[in-house]
Amino acid sequence: MNSFTGTGALIRLILRRDRVLLPIWILFMGLLPLSLASGTAALYPTDAGRQGYIDGLAANPMLVMFYGPKPLEPSLGALVFWRSATGIVILAIITLLMVIRHTRVEEEAGRRELLGSAVVGRNAGLAAAVLAASGASVAVGILVALGMMSQDTPAAGSVAMGLAWASAGIIFAAIGAIAAQLSEGAGAARGIGLGIIGVSFAVRGAADMTDTGWLNWLSPLGWSHHVFAYTLDRWWIFGLVAVASLAFTYLAISLSARRDVGAGLLPPRLGRAVASPGFSTPLALAWRLHRGNMWGWTIGLGLVGGALFGGVADSTTKLLADNEQLKEIMARLGGDSVAADMFLAGTMGIGAIAVAAYGISAALKMRLEEASLRSEPVLATSVSRMSWASSHLVFAFLGPLVVMAATGLSAGLVYGASTGAVFDDLPRVLGGALVQLPAIWVLTALTVAAFGLVPRLAPGIGWGALAACLMLGQVGALLGLSQTVLDLSPFTHTPRVPGGEMAWTPMIVLTAIAIVLMAAGLSAFRRRDIPVT
Amino acid sequence: MENAISVSGLVKNFGPTRALDGLDLTVATGEVHGFLGPNGAGKTTTIRVLLGLLRADSGQATLLGGDPWRDAVTLHKRLAYVPGDVTLWPNLSGGEVIDLLGRLRGGLDPKRRKDLLKRFDLDPRKKGRAYSKGNRQKVGLIAALASNVELLLLDEPTSGLDPLMEEEFRQVIAEEARNGRTVLLSSHILSEVEALCDRVSIIRLGRTVETGTLAQLRHLTRTSISAELASPPNGLAELPGVHDVHIQDHQVNLQVDSTQLDAVLRQLSASGVRSLVSQPPTLEELFLRHYETPETAGANQK
Repeated sequence: MNSFTGTGALIRLILRRDRVLLPIWILFMGLLPLSLASGTAALYPTDAGRQGYIDGLAANPMLVMFYGPKPLEPSLGALVFWRSATGIVILAIITLLMVIRHTRVEEEAGRRELLGSAVVGRNAGLAAAVLAASGASVAVGILVALGMMSQDTPAAGSVAMGLAWASAGIIFAAIGAIAAQLSEGAGAARGIGLGIIGVSFAVRGAADMTDTGWLNWLSPLGWSHHVFAYTLDRWWIFGLVAVASLAFTYLAISLSARRDVGAGLLPPRLGRAVASPGFSTPLALAWRLHRGNMWGWTIGLGLVGGALFGGVADSTTKLLADNEQLKEIMARLGGDSVAADMFLAGTMGIGAIAVAAYGISAALKMRLEEASLRSEPVLATSVSRMSWASSHLVFAFLGPLVVMAATGLSAGLVYGASTGAVFDDLPRVLGGALVQLPAIWVLTALTVAAFGLVPRLAPGIGWGALAACLMLGQVGALLGLSQTVLDLSPFTHTPRVPGGEMAWTPMIVLTAIAIVLMAAGLSAFRRRDIPVT
Repeated sequence: MENAISVSGLVKNFGPTRALDGLDLTVATGEVHGFLGPNGAGKTTTIRVLLGLLRADSGQATLLGGDPWRDAVTLHKRLAYVPGDVTLWPNLSGGEVIDLLGRLRGGLDPKRRKDLLKRFDLDPRKKGRAYSKGNRQKVGLIAALASNVELLLLDEPTSGLDPLMEEEFRQVIAEEARNGRTVLLSSHILSEVEALCDRVSIIRLGRTVETGTLAQLRHLTRTSISAELASPPNGLAELPGVHDVHIQDHQVNLQVDSTQLDAVLRQLSASGVRSLVSQPPTLEELFLRHYETPETAGANQK
């Protein structure tokens, strides 16, 4: 028996356990470029039209940061490769989480010990998780390539694009395996892993926004973009990806060999022997469970991200100074600050989707507490179901308020400092951040409703709704979806401020929908069995 | 109030699975009541109904004179619960969990807390994720035992404890009983039940199959007899209430219903008894009679 014995059996176990989830996301991710390609081909049938579209988007540095370096040619394939780049990041997140789910989560739950006692090699679990996630990435890549070929794009470019997608999945599966070795808790491992993706994204974005070529090679996410499918088709990058994935996997395996089952490389610290006097209410418990996440989002997205948005906003105006044509359009729309305003409003819209993810995860904390049976001993004390649920909901609803307010304040201060009109700009930018809250609350409240009514489906409904809103907002218009469909996303209705008209009706309606959904969830939770496992 | 817990005809379905099928349970105030049954018999489900976490489909349940579902919040001030698998928050220390649960219940005795920490040999500074299964269980036990409550609901509370701690647990429960607390102890460890419980209820497939004191339950079952005789015995197998007769030359092994013991002894002495060993049924035998039926294979709910 070597240290990989049983890898095949464990891969089958993973496929069996993920038999529903895996095909869904493989199909979804794999067919995304195809649908984008057919939509784009219908909207922009000519090279000239596509060039105009590319120039329009690429004039906004924030979008270059989001989508990567702009295509070198206006061919359909090159445009879709560029425009669907968000999918590469999503694929990376999925495979990273998948590997952590099948390694550290298993270990934390004690199931790895059970398997470890069978005829299973020491590294089999890790290898199986990485191989399964890599296999799924390849499946996505194949679908991407076939889908693009079906849209009459060149075969070589399609294969390069499929490989570029698969590469991101494979490399972040290996990075997930490293993250899983570092901490004892799966939550911290996910945090570390997503942090690495965040840094890779930021480095890649900064490199493309400032056109600093060498910086790009530091970010594994950048490698996929720099394949430049349909134009350069840089095949050698895949060699780099293969070497790096093997090296990362090898590093994960050697880290795993240095630690005990269940332990992390970062040592745990001792806590208090006696609880502090105030630690005596459900709210105090909820604060302990939610505060890490809330600080993380407030500092990460709110203060740092906000400052970044605010800083870049002013440069959009400066950038426009170089482009006479756009400058003219903007001037007609309402002056110099229009570009910055549009940029800020758009950025707040994108930031709001991220903050909705935070709201949903805070609401799902209730489900996590229930499913792990930690809610049971608390509800067996003299704590009512309502006060237990409300203590979590304080964070699910007010947490996003804190994060959005921090984003708005930070962006407003930095932007105001660069324009020199802090007292004018700060309230406008802060308002732009806060108008997003009702839409965020709708998604959070939908998750609460699902938690009360169909607890087992709550994570699927919450994250599914978020993914749907993301898709509707990012590519919905490009896919030629009707306004009725686009209207399903609460983010379609939030006013575009600063710059646009403030509209109170959608704000009130969205808030009312959120209240109704939350009340429905709470009332069902009061009546149902606990725990539903 | 005479009975701390009084349950009759309790039914609970989980979809197509019937977890409780007309269960009856009576626990008198001040007694330690053993709650026995194979995995999936419905012990945990019953306790969750008593805690007002699950709503029964039919039947009556009264807990400390109140309705466990409607009056959950007020009743919970007077009871403490230890689940069979204590799960802790990974980032909270054991000491914090003990204090939190105690305070949420309405306060805990700091002297008793300190004493219990020492007796169970638990380091309260470790974080939840660093505890072993046995130590997590101790956190739950200390949190419950350090509170001044009338009723303890313990669901297989000693799973994962080592024999030393198991012994400590028995002593603590015996003290609790002397102080007049009522205890419902669901357990698999028969020696523990034998040592601690005044009365026991045995449940199977969501139904109560036996209930009473250990002496009463023994009376219902068989005594095993092993005797060496002067001459080969005859007619033993024909006697009513005699089972599993094995005769080898002068050696006899058999089982007899407690009510028929007299007749068997007379028949044996007719053949001349050289040596005789008689054993009352162990709790284990009592159990196995209820556990070892083909139907148990159908139950898989825990």
